[in-house]
Amino acid sequence: MKIDIILAGVGGQGIISIAAAIGYAAVESNLYLKQSEVHGMSQRGGEIQSHLRVSDKEVHSDLTPQGSADMIISVEPMESLRYLPWLSPDGWLITNTKPFINVPNYPDINLVLKEIESFPNHITLDADDIARKLGSARSANIVMLGAASPFIEIPYEKLENGIRGIFSRKGDKIIKQNLDSMMAGKEFTKNYLSETSKV
Amino acid sequence: MEKLLLLGDEAIAQGAIDAGLSGIYAYPGTPSTEITEYVQRSKLAKERGIHSDWSANEKTAMETALGMSYTGKRAMVCMKHVGLNVASDPFINSAITGANGGLIVVAADDPSMHSSQNEQDSRFYGKFALIPIFEPSNQQEAYDMTYEGFEFSEKYEIPIMIRLTTRLAHSRAGVKQSALKDQNKISLPKDMRQFVLLPSIARERYKILLDNQANFEKESEQSVYNKYVKGKDKSMGIIACGIAYNYLMENYTDDECPFPILKISQYPLPINLIKKISSECKKILVLEDGYPLVEDMINGILDKDLIVLGRTNGTIPRDGELDPNIVAEAIGKPIKKGKDVPGLVVGRPPSLCTGCPHIDSFDALNEALKEYSKGRVFSDIGCYTLSALPPYESINSCVDMGASVTMAKGAADAGLKPSVAVVGDSTFTHSGMTGLLDAVNENSPITVFILDNSITAMTGGQKSHATGRLENICLGIGVKPEHLKILNPLKKHHEENVKIIKDELAYNGLSVIIPTRDCIEIIKKTKKTTKEIEK
Repeated sequence: MKIDIILAGVGGQGIISIAAAIGYAAVESNLYLKQSEVHGMSQRGGEIQSHLRVSDKEVHSDLTPQGSADMIISVEPMESLRYLPWLSPDGWLITNTKPFINVPNYPDINLVLKEIESFPNHITLDADDIARKLGSARSANIVMLGAASPFIEIPYEKLENGIRGIFSRKGDKIIKQNLDSMMAGKEFTKNYLSETSKV
Repeated sequence: MEKLLLLGDEAIAQGAIDAGLSGIYAYPGTPSTEITEYVQRSKLAKERGIHSDWSANEKTAMETALGMSYTGKRAMVCMKHVGLNVASDPFINSAITGANGGLIVVAADDPSMHSSQNEQDSRFYGKFALIPIFEPSNQQEAYDMTYEGFEFSEKYEIPIMIRLTTRLAHSRAGVKQSALKDQNKISLPKDMRQFVLLPSIARERYKILLDNQANFEKESEQSVYNKYVKGKDKSMGIIACGIAYNYLMENYTDDECPFPILKISQYPLPINLIKKISSECKKILVLEDGYPLVEDMINGILDKDLIVLGRTNGTIPRDGELDPNIVAEAIGKPIKKGKDVPGLVVGRPPSLCTGCPHIDSFDALNEALKEYSKGRVFSDIGCYTLSALPPYESINSCVDMGASVTMAKGAADAGLKPSVAVVGDSTFTHSGMTGLLDAVNENSPITVFILDNSITAMTGGQKSHATGRLENICLGIGVKPEHLKILNPLKKHHEENVKIIKDELAYNGLSVIIPTRDCIEIIKKTKKTTKEIEK
């Protein structure tokens, strides 16, 4: 078993929390893990990415080789496309559709979405909207984790433990909001897959 | 024992705590910041009374760590690569004084310049100082090298360097811990003149350092971190240093590497192992993250039969960090690649946060400077360096910590009047104060902006050293009270701020303007903390 994930987004969107939850679950499942993060200057509203590699054998490189990632999980639509060179030809592109516009030349969002949809294996959802409807506007990142969860070969309960682990200091309400957000994302993907009879 | 999930930086911190560390000293700098922050957060470190407050700069950090080592206790000093430039005086001399308590110098390099102004390779400093260098290839080695490093340092009474790069510093993996050791008790050097570098003593000390080189080399030959791996195909041998070893092994996840490999993670170079692989193989590929240090060393100048492949002959790009694909290409493996990035994707550079006080400071400065020709603003290292980008395009230099004040003075000396310096509060206390003294002594016609957001913001909000005291520091240095102005950088004060700046720009002497408003990120953080406390 081996999963290579590229997490993408804009500084401040919480992709490190996604990584931490999966990391927690991987360690609890006695899997090997390497997870490379971006700290420093780029966190000031710039593009950021994290390489997350989980395996039942030792993982060597902290960076995923190009053309071999099993999925890109992105909290921002344009950012999902930035890492296509890393995605394997049969990998999944899983992204939030809500743009984060902090540059004056942000492209037409419809063209961005069209580009994403041209990719055979894609999951697109408005994670911000789903999170807001759950009364948890800040957990769009965790909705995205949920949406990707059917493709991550780690038991879902372990991911739930990961959420409990990383939000343990924030109290039960925040934990529940995030568990609900993850479940909503998971349900979205399951419905999508059954409707399109993929997988 | 259960593994801890740690960043490379955190593995070093935990290794040091477990090895009986008594003090860590540092100034924040990406990618090294998280080492000290980990110790600051650690409950165990608190219980053990381990010192972990930030230092004013890397030089003071290095010297303080050396002082702790003098007492026989174990000390560590951490910095980013360019920080070692600042600390280089005590660093080089600490190799001559030697250590008493174990002393580890951690230098975190930043190839590809993710958050830096150059990609200098700290191994050159280690080699220059003639001290052993440890270069972990993974998080576990980062832990183990630190854990064992203090003993090594004490065995030879020598500071050692641990060199890592951004990728390892900021990547997490499972790490196995070793048993917790006691801290050393105070035990001053046997030779009370060991640390007195009078020429006559320094000459003796230097001989000891030179004599130890053979011991360091022997340690490298026998080190568990340096290993020779047999290979059948002798057409090429591969020397892989530090993290480059992982990128090599990544390419042999499913099959065995046919070439002999020499993994190097401890320096000075194990000469016999190098001789072994180079006598067996017709050519040698050198994989190292950073500058071609090993490659140049084995290449030499004179013609030899051995062919050396690496960064200097174009096999590997001369600049930038390594990755599995670059290594795949160098060893002739087929390269996988996904789809190209679609043309519509645009860059998203980092930018000043919405509500950042620097935005209002630069808006006011830009307007006040309108009546002068462009190219007068010398800046420094911090969030405010982002004002080089649109829409501000305010600054014309960013070189090293503190250079804003001194470069503005040099330009004014040459006749560029007015010249402006823009420096953050933390950078000012790091290395700007001495330059200000130069400007005071000559009443140089420059206007110095100290952007006071009461925090070291760029690296994530560490304590700033002189919050609330900047005004008094400037007065103490000798800035005239009538040309020391405090501004509140808010939109509603824009007009009056512009007027004050204009007046000081017109003054033919030294002015200091301190726009004072808290970093917006820090306000958010503090609010959060208050909320948490209320709960």
